[in-house]
Parts: sequence; structure tokens; C-alpha cells
Amino acid sequence: MLFKLSIKNIKKSFKDYAIYFITLVLGISIFYMFNSLDSQQAMLDISASTRDIIKLMLGMLNIVSVFVAIILGLLIVYANGFLINRRKKEFGIYMTLGMSKRQISKILLIETLIVGVLSLGVGLIFGIFGSQLMSIVVAKLFQADMTKFEFVFSMPALIKTCIYFAIMFLATIVFNTFTISRYRIINLLNSSKKNEKVKMKNPIISVIVFIIASIILGYSYWKVTNGVPTLSTIDKVIPIIILGVISTILIFWSLSGFILRLVQNSKKIYLKDTNIFVLRQLNNKINTNIASISVICLMLFMTITILSSALSLRNTLEAELDKMTPVDINLYKIANLPEKSINMYGKEVIYTKEQREDSKITIRETLENNGFNMNLLKDVIEIPIYVTEELKFGNFFSNYLDEVKNKYPMVNFGSPEMLIKMSDYNEIAKLYGNEQYQLEDNEYVVVCNFDGIANMRNMALKGENILKIAGKEYKNKFKECNDGFIQLSTSKTNTGIILVPDSCNLTEDIKEQQLLVANYNANTKEEKEEIEKQFQDEGELTKKLKDKKIELDGVTKISITESSVGLATIVTFIAIYLGIIFLIASAAILALKQLTESSDNKQRYEILRKIGCDEKMINKALFRQIGIFFLAPLILAIIHSIFGIQFLLIMLDALISRKQLMPSIIFTTISIGVIYGIYFISTYIESKNIIKEE
Amino acid sequence: MENVLEVKNIEKYYGSKSNLTKAIDNISFDVKKGEFVGIMGASGSGKTTLLNCISTIDKVTAGHIYINNEDITKLKGNKLNKFRREELGFIFQDFNLLDTLTAYENIAIALTIQKVNANDIDRRVKEIAEKLEISQILNKYPYQVSGGQKQRIASARAIITNPKIVLADEPTGALDSKSARQLLDNFEYLNKQLTATILMVTHDAFTASYADRILFIKDGKIFNELCKGNDTRKEFFEKIIEVVSLLGGELNDVI
Repeated sequence: MLFKLSIKNIKKSFKDYAIYFITLVLGISIFYMFNSLDSQQAMLDISASTRDIIKLMLGMLNIVSVFVAIILGLLIVYANGFLINRRKKEFGIYMTLGMSKRQISKILLIETLIVGVLSLGVGLIFGIFGSQLMSIVVAKLFQADMTKFEFVFSMPALIKTCIYFAIMFLATIVFNTFTISRYRIINLLNSSKKNEKVKMKNPIISVIVFIIASIILGYSYWKVTNGVPTLSTIDKVIPIIILGVISTILIFWSLSGFILRLVQNSKKIYLKDTNIFVLRQLNNKINTNIASISVICLMLFMTITILSSALSLRNTLEAELDKMTPVDINLYKIANLPEKSINMYGKEVIYTKEQREDSKITIRETLENNGFNMNLLKDVIEIPIYVTEELKFGNFFSNYLDEVKNKYPMVNFGSPEMLIKMSDYNEIAKLYGNEQYQLEDNEYVVVCNFDGIANMRNMALKGENILKIAGKEYKNKFKECNDGFIQLSTSKTNTGIILVPDSCNLTEDIKEQQLLVANYNANTKEEKEEIEKQFQDEGELTKKLKDKKIELDGVTKISITESSVGLATIVTFIAIYLGIIFLIASAAILALKQLTESSDNKQRYEILRKIGCDEKMINKALFRQIGIFFLAPLILAIIHSIFGIQFLLIMLDALISRKQLMPSIIFTTISIGVIYGIYFISTYIESKNIIKEE
Repeated sequence: MENVLEVKNIEKYYGSKSNLTKAIDNISFDVKKGEFVGIMGASGSGKTTLLNCISTIDKVTAGHIYINNEDITKLKGNKLNKFRREELGFIFQDFNLLDTLTAYENIAIALTIQKVNANDIDRRVKEIAEKLEISQILNKYPYQVSGGQKQRIASARAIITNPKIVLADEPTGALDSKSARQLLDNFEYLNKQLTATILMVTHDAFTASYADRILFIKDGKIFNELCKGNDTRKEFFEKIIEVVSLLGGELNDVI
């Protein structure tokens, strides 16, 4: 009997369930998609070293999934609460007819189960097909071979999704039972009676608050764009975030107080069609929902910022990678090891005689001594890099040090500056395809491509900046840093190398390290990977060096490519995952908020109908009301994001380029458009049905 | 004087063939321009159905209703809405004011949905508010004013569009006697000074005594008709009570 009632209820209130159902289906399918990543065809085809990164990514996704599950769980409980609220009267009637609370809870339990199973089914189907789509994306990200496309189905992901959502439904049932147990018949039956007073705010205070909020917001915006150098640590950023949150709340608070007044001044707009009504509705809504609108606005802001910057991070890395890795391998070795030294952890390290002797010879010699076949390499260039006690990073700024220290208090000025002889650098620059330099006997050039540090150095270079190197004075040839690098890396991270004339008296004893750059003597990718093995942990060379405790560091083009693509992919995946979940959450809350007040709205629209509005006018009014309600937080979120993205562009300067931003913004716009649009349209249709009800 | 409303042999049936209820059973009457007509009857007599049919909210089963010589039973869809918007004014029992709008806006919206010029709207709202003595409360919300004032706001909304006829459904139903009297004085003012034609449904004899003419309805038929003529309101009221007692015991709650 109760089962029958439940089925009938669902059929009857199907329209009410729409938003709930959409949220469940979207949540489930996205949850499945991201948890099924490991069994995707594309993943299976990826090379071994990348697999470690995938493992890392899956670990991260697992943690994020728990977080996502909590968000979705809260959202489901909230959406379910909305449904119960709408049906208070129905429950009241059941109770007057003598049904016990336990029986009502049972009805709800059956309903929750039916809707749960249904949405789980539909959600998983969407998820399974969605993950096929995603595997194409994954393949593109990891540059995997997708010629043998296969339909992928992940049992573990399916089970995981079912378990997580079963827990969420259980929480919903507990919540329902609890809510029902607190009901009293009289409240249930009278619940549709409204008794709302319209609280009006003083428009003058509203305007003042709005101006103050705008100023605070403007200050925060200014801080994150022009004042970035002062935001060197997290504890300096947090106050700005708090200011942003406060001003967002204040803006919505004050906006609801005076926008009406503003429109009232223009009689043409104010006294047109149902504008009076729409305005008042909005005013009323925003008034009572300031907290949730602010939260939604901030969530949307996060979504937009996360999605657009994370995606461009990936694109940028990819684009820069080729430029930043012009050769296959860099090897470096510390020169002139002492008998003992203090390492970075403050521990004493003693070097053996063998280690010390090795540190005096070249890398090429080290390789040959340990049985490495030098024919595997070509284009081999080896250069020494020097440092002197007298030239630390702080010394570089000579007269400008105080000014620079003021502006960048957090920077370590004690690290030694790297010195390279002009002809050594030019040799490498020629191989890399970088610019070469010619110096007079009293000149130096700074090569630096990390924008943050380059800006610091440029402060000193704008005038004549004399540096004392190995007992002689040198002046800067250029008024700013020049582009260039010697070490392979993922992006522009060269913090500065000082090029000095060959005549400079750099002696063997101040040699800091040896650097060897080379290409693999191979043509195909496979051959290159074969040579690469020599330098990996399990390679023969590595083992031999390890036995002798000789430390030979290195980076290779292959390892950089894999790790940077992998890292970027992890960030991208997690960003998309979280971004979309945030988006769903905010759109769903917005939709439910709108529908919650539907019974009041229904009465109001009924009055409009009675005084002669036709359906077309009523629908137009409803559409505008919901449209503006959806747009208000989005607009402020977009404005926030413009500055948020600017901030990230500055902070992650080396990682994000402006050129790469456009495609990710387009992707973000599409995702928001689709998900937000689905919720908007369902809300509109559902509201239309509610106000039409007899 | 020309007829604003002509009701010709209308019938309204509910239910199926086997179980037919005649809510209105062949009713005909006219309302002249500037008249104040009351319709009285017990609950279930069909008076509200009659009003709904005239106000185009409900459809008649048979017969014709002419307002200003236009047969409204033939109107459909948008034309019907347009007609209702422009030719009819409504005053409801529970005021039906929008709680989120101020008095000014509640009155103005009747004009804005007719797409009247914005400057005209402002002028007309202020004018009518002046006449109904609600200028002081124009910026108040419905919850801030008394029941009588609410009813006056509703009256202002009903007649600001210069409707051919104002239809009032139990206008005093939700008011205490003092507010009810104020409202009826207003109706008289609307009728006599602003020459509004009013058709009012009520089951309250006192309320009805403000009308010029009263139609009594019982079981869907016109049972009696009373004209005030040159009677004072008190005399008219006594006549009404007589008819009511004739109508039968079920209308005991008339006073």
C-alpha cells in the first residue's frame, strides 16, 4: 500500500523532482567519469614512466572524490529538504487521516530509494558514455595512441559510485526521518499560509554601503593586479580574500536596497509592462537570500577562475616545453668537493677521496671511466660554471639593494651568482638556437628568463651597475636582462646567469660545477628511449656511479616532457572535476532557492492573472525574474574572475601565458553555459508549472 | 440610458448527463450605465458562478453576455485577456493586492500592463488616490495599512483603467463593520461621483442596501428583484430583509 502511494507520489510530483533528479544524474555521471579514469584505453597505452604520474593522479582523484562526495551529499540533502518542504501539506493530510510518522517516513524512504535507483541508473549510463568522450580527451592530453579505440567500462568505478551514493541516500533518509519526527500537524497544514513582511532598507544607507563595498572591492582588485609584489606570502593574500568576500556580501545587500530606487527614477522603465512586479520580486528575493547568493557568486568565481587558469596552465606548459628543451640531456656535477661540508639540513657530510678526485675531472671523463659509450651521445658540449664568494645575489644590486629589499622582503639574497665565460655560453647558445653575445673586456651580460627575478634585476640594470668579479670591475652591457638559459626545464625558470668576457680571471678553484649538454645519437623515439635507460635508476651507468658514490645529476628532455605533461594533466583533471562540481552545486542551490518560494509566487502570479495579465505577459515576467536571479551572481562572479585570473597570471607568470588563456576561457564559458543553462531552463519550466497549478 | 451589461438567457451546467447540476438556470438581466447593482443569494445559489461568467473567468454553457454590445461569450484567448484587462475592473473579497508592491505600485500595475504611457500613469494614480483619500499611504505596503485602506487601494486599482463595469465579489467579506462601511461609502462615491457602473455580489443585507437595485438568486434562478427608488437606505434595508426571509431559512446569516 505504502509502495503504491510512493509510486503515485513520484509520478505526481515528477516536475518537483526534476531539479533533484538532474542534480543526482549530473553528480553521479561526473563522479563515475573521474573515477573510471584508470581503466581507460588511453591510459593503458601510456609509457611506463608516465604511469607513475597517473598513479599519483588517481591517488589525488581519490582524495578529491571524498571531498566531492561530501559536497554532493550536502547538496542532495538540501535538495531533498526542499522537496519535503513543498509537500508539508500532503504529509499533514496523511497525519490527520491517522497515518503515523513512521509510516510517512517509510513512504519517503521508498520514494528516496526509487528516485535513487533511477538516477543511479541514468547517471551511470551518462557516465559510461561520458567517459568514452573523456578518454579521447585523455588521449590527447597524454599524447597516447588512440587508433585502437575500445569501449571502456570500469567495474571498480561503478562499485565505488554506487557505494558513495548509497551512503548519500542513507544520509538523506536519516535526515528525512529526523525532519518528519519534528513535524506537528498544525504547522504542516498551515504551512502554505504566508506571513511575510517586506523589509525595506533605507536607500541612502544602501547607497553608502554600496559605495563602501565598491571601494573595498576596488581596493582588493587593485591589490591583486597592481599590488602583487606586496602579496608575497599567503598570510598577506588571505585578508584580501576576506575583503573580497565581505564586499561581495555587502554589494548584494546594498544592491537589493537601492537598485529599485534607481529604476524607479526612470519612469519609462519602471512603469512598463510588469516591470514593477518583476523588480519587486527580485528585490524581495535578493533581500532574503543575500547569504546564498553571495555563496553562489563566490563558488561561480572559483569555478571560472579554476577552470580557465588550470586549462591554460596545461596549454602553456605544452607550448613552452619544446622551446625550453632544445637538447636531449643535461648532466651536471659539483666541482671541487671539499673533505667535508655542511649540507642544507645542517648535517656534516664527509666526502671520500674517490669522490673528491672525481669532482676534479670533467663529466665526459667520469662517463668514460665508468664504461659509458660516448658514441651514444652527439653534439656534446661541456662547460664549467663558476661562483665567487664576493658576488652573491644581494651584491648584484650594489647601490640599489635597499630599494629592492624593500620591495621584495621575502627573497633570499644570499645565494651565489652563477658565472659563465662568454665563449662557453655562446657554444651552448648556438646548439640551443639562442642568441649569442660579444663582450668587451670590462662588460658583463645577465641572461635571465624568469620574469619575477628579471624585473628585480632590471631595477639595478637600468643605470650603470658595476660588479666586482675576480678582482676586476665590470659594467653592464645592457640596460636589462637578456632572454636565455642553459638548463633544460619545464618553463622559463632561469633566475639569472652572469656572462663575463673570456679574459676574466676565473680559476679552477672557484669552479662550482661542470655542465654537459648533449643530444642522443639516435633518430627515432624508440632509440632515444633506449639510450635514456642508461641514465635511469636501473641503468648500468647509474648503478656503477652509485657504487662509487659519485653524484651525477641530470635532466632529460623525455623526463621533463613526461613529468610536466603529467603534472599539468593532474592539475587540469582535478580542476575540471572540482570546477564542474562547484558549478553544479551553485546552479542547483540557485534553482532550488527559486522554487522554494514558488507557493508565494503562485499566489502573486494568480493575482496578476486576475487583474488581466495574459499568459504571455506572465511567462515573460517569470522568465525575467528567474533570468535576473540567475544572472546577478554570475555577473559579479565574472567581474571577480577577470581580476582573479589577472592575479593568477601574475603569480604563475612562468606557467601561464595570456595567449593560451582564450581557448580555456571558451571552454569555461561553454561548461558554464551548458550546466547553468540546464538548471535555468528546468527552473523556468518547473516554476511555470507551479504557478499554473490549480 | 444605454445598457452596459446585457445578460441573455445564460445557463451553466456542471457534472455529467446523469448527474447534472444547474448552477445557473436561464438568467437574464440588464445593467445600465452608472448603475450600482447588487446580487444576493445564499452560498450555493449560483451568484459567484454568475459573476465568474460575466468576468470571463468561467464560460457559460448556453446564452449570451454582452458588455457594451460586445458578446463576450464569443471571445477567446488573447482577445479575452485584452477585454478583461481593458473593459473590466475587479474588486475581490481578499483584496488580492500584491504583498511585495506598495499601494502606488499595486494601482499602477493595472495601467502598466495596458501599456499606458508612463507619465499618464503617474498622473492618473495620484488623481485617483486623491479622490479615494489614500494619497498618504501610497508608499506603504499592504501589510502596513488597515483592511479598509487595502480595500480602497483595490478599488483604486479596479477603476483606474476606466472599466465599463466594476465587478465586486463579496467586497466586505473580510472587513470589520467599520471598514466595511467606509468601503461602501467609497463604492457610493465611485458610483455617484465617478459614474462607475458596479455589479456587486454579496450575501450581506447591509452591504446590499448600498446598491440601487438588487437581484436575488436562488437555485440558479432570479427569485426577486428590488429597486431602491426613492427609499432611504434604512427603508431599502428593511425591504431586503423581508425578501431574504422569504427566500428561506438558509440565509439566516444575512445580517
